[in-house]
Amino acid sequence: MKARLWPIILIAAGFILSFAIPYFGLLDLYVQMILIYICINIILALSLNLINGYMGEFSVGHAGFMSAGAYISAIITVKCLSSASAAWLFPFAVIAGGVGAALLGLIVAIPSFRTRGDYLAIVTLAFNMIIKSVLENIDAVGGARGFLGMDKLTTLPVAFFWTLITIWVIRNFIYSNYGRGVLSIREDEIASDLMSVNTKQVKLLAFVISSFFAGVAGGLFAHLLQFINPRMFDIIKSTDILIMVYLGGIGSIAGSILGATVYTLLLEILRPLEIWRMVIMPLILIFLMLFRPRGIMGLKELTWFVPVLDRINSNRGVKGIRKWFS
Amino acid sequence: MGNRIIETDNLTVSYGSIAAVKVISFHVEQGEIVALIGANGAGKTSTLRALSGMTTYGGRVSFMGRDLRGVAAHKIVGMGMAHVPEGRGIFGNLTVLENLKLATWQRRDKKEVAADYDRIFNIFPRLKERRQQSAGTLSGGEQQMLAVGRALMSKGTMLLLDEPSMGLSPLLAQEIFSMLAELNRAGTTILLVEQNANMALRLADRCYVLETGIIVLEGTGKELIGNPQVKEAYLGT
Repeated sequence: MKARLWPIILIAAGFILSFAIPYFGLLDLYVQMILIYICINIILALSLNLINGYMGEFSVGHAGFMSAGAYISAIITVKCLSSASAAWLFPFAVIAGGVGAALLGLIVAIPSFRTRGDYLAIVTLAFNMIIKSVLENIDAVGGARGFLGMDKLTTLPVAFFWTLITIWVIRNFIYSNYGRGVLSIREDEIASDLMSVNTKQVKLLAFVISSFFAGVAGGLFAHLLQFINPRMFDIIKSTDILIMVYLGGIGSIAGSILGATVYTLLLEILRPLEIWRMVIMPLILIFLMLFRPRGIMGLKELTWFVPVLDRINSNRGVKGIRKWFS
Repeated sequence: MGNRIIETDNLTVSYGSIAAVKVISFHVEQGEIVALIGANGAGKTSTLRALSGMTTYGGRVSFMGRDLRGVAAHKIVGMGMAHVPEGRGIFGNLTVLENLKLATWQRRDKKEVAADYDRIFNIFPRLKERRQQSAGTLSGGEQQMLAVGRALMSKGTMLLLDEPSMGLSPLLAQEIFSMLAELNRAGTTILLVEQNANMALRLADRCYVLETGIIVLEGTGKELIGNPQVKEAYLGT
């Protein structure tokens, strides 16, 4: 019973803190900003982990989906809504950004039926480049100069809330029937087909969910910085997300949370080193890959993220099929 | 003439310009064990892949009277044809239970699924012991049991087996084969592809001998074991 209570207590404490910190000014603005960054990066890492970690595909254009979400939500709050209504309708703007990104994900998913591994990496890379050049050439959104005018709507509670939603959705998806289908594609796609898994449908769904949350992260990012330009969403950004996923450990929710947190913090802590930061950081990564090639968590999961019925030795046998899960 | 479950008519399978299967016509009747034997490259695996929709093919394949052209692989499984692929296709990082559960991906008959778990664990008690273990840590024989169990979980009434004896010691292979015989007695129709001709011929009701993509011989298992041509080519002296 205790084990089930702790996550609820932590979530409640997190919520109270996320409201209290900005309200009472418990931490200075810079630290608050980093906390929000961590939240956004967790969303990004988790969503990419779905494709790269759980499904075993290799997508490297995640910043492309993020940019779609960022631009769509920013256009909605700046051009379609008044400043007062934007504050209230911000969640819907973020969702709209996510939906836009998800539609793009649907388009990118189709080549993934035909190509795998390295080839899919090239396809997603190309997608990332295309979306960046398209944004650079649309003058209505500022072209290469970028787009601004957003209010700072991404506050700590908002970011925390979206992070929880992401964790909840992805965790429930992974442990659903579809989620098992995603895992089986990673393990052996042919066998998965032969086991009656509709692999096309599963891939489509995984891509849509993943790009939706990348879009959400983009929307939050745009309303945190209050300024976006296409260069922010280039290959480097995609690589950042990849690093967080592999640093934390593929196929693990706890891993993505850890990876995003550690990476974001390290980048900030090493900031005084200025240019040397970009020497130290890759070195840390190289050593990590040498000594822990599967990342910090490496396919393992914190028990809290595993549904009770799926836990090993959970002893919650009831009747019928459940008895085998004890 | 019994009830023909599988019937192929002039089946051909080509990879690019290479024809792996050149015109094969055969059938499997309800309740039979049929074996396809032949050396490497004879087209056995390609034939199975065509049957379960994993590759494009020429000619006609019908399953329980229904033409399978254009039917997606996962739908064919739903119709009751379960394929245990070459090398077993175990999901190594998933637990035994998860492996079995995956085979029920399309099934909505929860009660029968629960009964099927009981049935599989009855046939393969070893899987029950190891149900929480990740499948990659099982021994070769246990993995083969899991592969067969998984195929049965998909409500397969027709089993396609690709080299079930591969990588197993003779004793373990024997164990697997006697389990297959038992399954067959319980009503499962089996189409078996084997390199181990000796064991396959003993188990099978009927046999087809494949050579470079065509059927060169057919007959009952007993007939073929005595056949000098088969003896020389596959059984050794």
